[in-house]
Amino acid sequence: MTAHMDNSLMKVRRGRLKRARSWRALLAIFVFILAAGFALTLMLGQSFTPLQEVLRVLLGENVPGASFTVGQLRLPRALLCILAGCCFGLGGVAFQIMLRNPLASPDIIGVSGGASAAAVFAIVVLQMDGVAVSIFSVFVGLGVALLVYGFSYRNGVAGTRLILIGIGVSAMIESFIAYILARAPSWDLQEAMRWLTGSVNSAQLSQALPVLIALLVFGGILLCRARDLEALRLGDDTAAALGVRVGVTRITVIVCAVGMIAVATAVTGPIAFVAFLSGPIAARIIGSNGSLLIPSALVGACLVLVGDYIGQFLLPSRYPVGVVTGALGAPYLIYLIVRVNRNGGSL
Amino acid sequence: MTPSTASTSTAIGAHGALKPLSLLCLLTLLAALCFLSVAIGTREVSWEEIFAALNGQVNTVGEAAVAMRIPRTLLAVIAGAALGLAGAIMQGVTRNPLADPGILGVNLGATLAVVIGLAWFGMSLASAYVWTAIIGAGVTAVFVYLIGSLGRGGATPLKLALAGAATSIALSSFTLALVLPRNDIAGGVRSWQIGGVGGATFDTLNLVLPFLLAGFAISLLSARKLNTLALGDELAAGLGEKVALARATAGIGAILLCGATTAACGPIGFVGLLVPHLCRLLVGVDHRWLLPFSAVCGASLLLLADVAGRILARPSEIEVGVVTAFIGAPFFIWIVRRQRVRDL
Repeated sequence: MTAHMDNSLMKVRRGRLKRARSWRALLAIFVFILAAGFALTLMLGQSFTPLQEVLRVLLGENVPGASFTVGQLRLPRALLCILAGCCFGLGGVAFQIMLRNPLASPDIIGVSGGASAAAVFAIVVLQMDGVAVSIFSVFVGLGVALLVYGFSYRNGVAGTRLILIGIGVSAMIESFIAYILARAPSWDLQEAMRWLTGSVNSAQLSQALPVLIALLVFGGILLCRARDLEALRLGDDTAAALGVRVGVTRITVIVCAVGMIAVATAVTGPIAFVAFLSGPIAARIIGSNGSLLIPSALVGACLVLVGDYIGQFLLPSRYPVGVVTGALGAPYLIYLIVRVNRNGGSL
Repeated sequence: MTPSTASTSTAIGAHGALKPLSLLCLLTLLAALCFLSVAIGTREVSWEEIFAALNGQVNTVGEAAVAMRIPRTLLAVIAGAALGLAGAIMQGVTRNPLADPGILGVNLGATLAVVIGLAWFGMSLASAYVWTAIIGAGVTAVFVYLIGSLGRGGATPLKLALAGAATSIALSSFTLALVLPRNDIAGGVRSWQIGGVGGATFDTLNLVLPFLLAGFAISLLSARKLNTLALGDELAAGLGEKVALARATAGIGAILLCGATTAACGPIGFVGLLVPHLCRLLVGVDHRWLLPFSAVCGASLLLLADVAGRILARPSEIEVGVVTAFIGAPFFIWIVRRQRVRDL
């Protein structure tokens, strides 16, 4: 009997070890791909810069020519891509796990849209800039999240109701953005595109700082809460039985996820579908081997980085990153709906 | 027994007499709104100028302003009627309370088709606009309906709305991708994002009118079929209705209406959602009454939204598509909340 127990315990332990090991291996691959992508975007562009020169620029040396293209143009852009991508990926997957539905991602239920509308309003109408815009859009994003959550509350929140109400709220927000943009005195296409689909054009290092801080603070809290968040996946009752304080966890997750997404949105605009796509892609790769939070953040960063590169250089004319991710993401969303409809199960 | 039957039949009779009466009231309301729409705008005009302009004079600035408002008013009436009617048909065909040409992405499909025609095929004939828009609307409608009705339970409101939302995002992304590098495409990004009736002329009206008239005729004639479909597919087939044919005919009517409207005004959402629900409260579920009521109510709503947009943002104006979104989205949320979770 004891031997048998020991045996099965060993089996569980071995399985756990194996999963943890493969999770770590996959994570290392993600990090490697991201690092390679980062290096490549710094090297490639309108002109080619060799790796040594890139490294010298990164170390602070003044290299004629390369200092400007790499240090001023490519580096801020690549950094902003990675940071914003991490924010979107992490915030998105937190929502998806908490509400147990991949369609409940912030860009579909209107949270990103709300933050984006707040940023446009703050910049165009209230003439704010910098950190004030970020703070304003965090609060509006939270307001929209609570509004959608509150409207869908009726004897508990049903995921389907939340998604439908989110679609309705997004429709309203989108027309609000379109209205403000149409009225803006300095209406130009580049700026408008940022708020319609998201773009990292004319990125500066100073813009990346608030995103970095948001990622560290909110992302840090989210990762500390990862265990409780994962428990929510089993259902509220089971999570409560496992000793998770469901209400507190929910509120923490909402505040952190919305905070990250809103700050990133205030800088880059709502980069279409990154929040929605990162989680399912990471889940497809990681499987049930471990937490989805960090892999999703990395997938998000890869998506934005690659999307921006494609939009800049690989298409016949230059597109903002949001158009690329939107065109890639929408068919995937449709595929997801088709698959769910056919199986009749959850995603 | 006999008295009670008699009283029921008189009740029905009274109700039957009420319907034409309320339709008449609505038409009067519509006429009043038309007058408001001609009279109200950025420029204040006097009564004499309004009547002079209605008689075709354009001698003073005021008269010219009123003359500009006439085609706009007519377009709002026709587009509103078309969208309201199309919404009622779509809700009837899909038997789904959330069906609406805007939510299902049909209007955006028409938009994308027009943009493709402009960008790739150098479409210049104005009549080609309408054809492409109608084809785009048709393809999108069939696509969304197919995706939404896959799997168990057929086209449930959630599946249909999600399929529509996903398709809309895809379509608007592709539209942006096409319009962005082409500054030469008439109107640019803005006019493909929000629908409005501001730039209407009699030429635009003449262009879409034949298509809309055909759409109105097909739609109104399919009222009886929609009533049969409302009983459920099996029962409708048992009553001798060709279910697929009935769906297709009514659907073609709705697509003609949405496509032509979008070609003239751009994507306008939520009118087709809101109006049939309101009309059902007024006249019940009989499509023979619901359809004409939806048309008249839709015209009134769009006209009202247009006038409100002009009053709210004086001396500028708010596009009618923005106003309808702000009226319609809360209504959409209300419908979603009213449904039981099981039905979603």
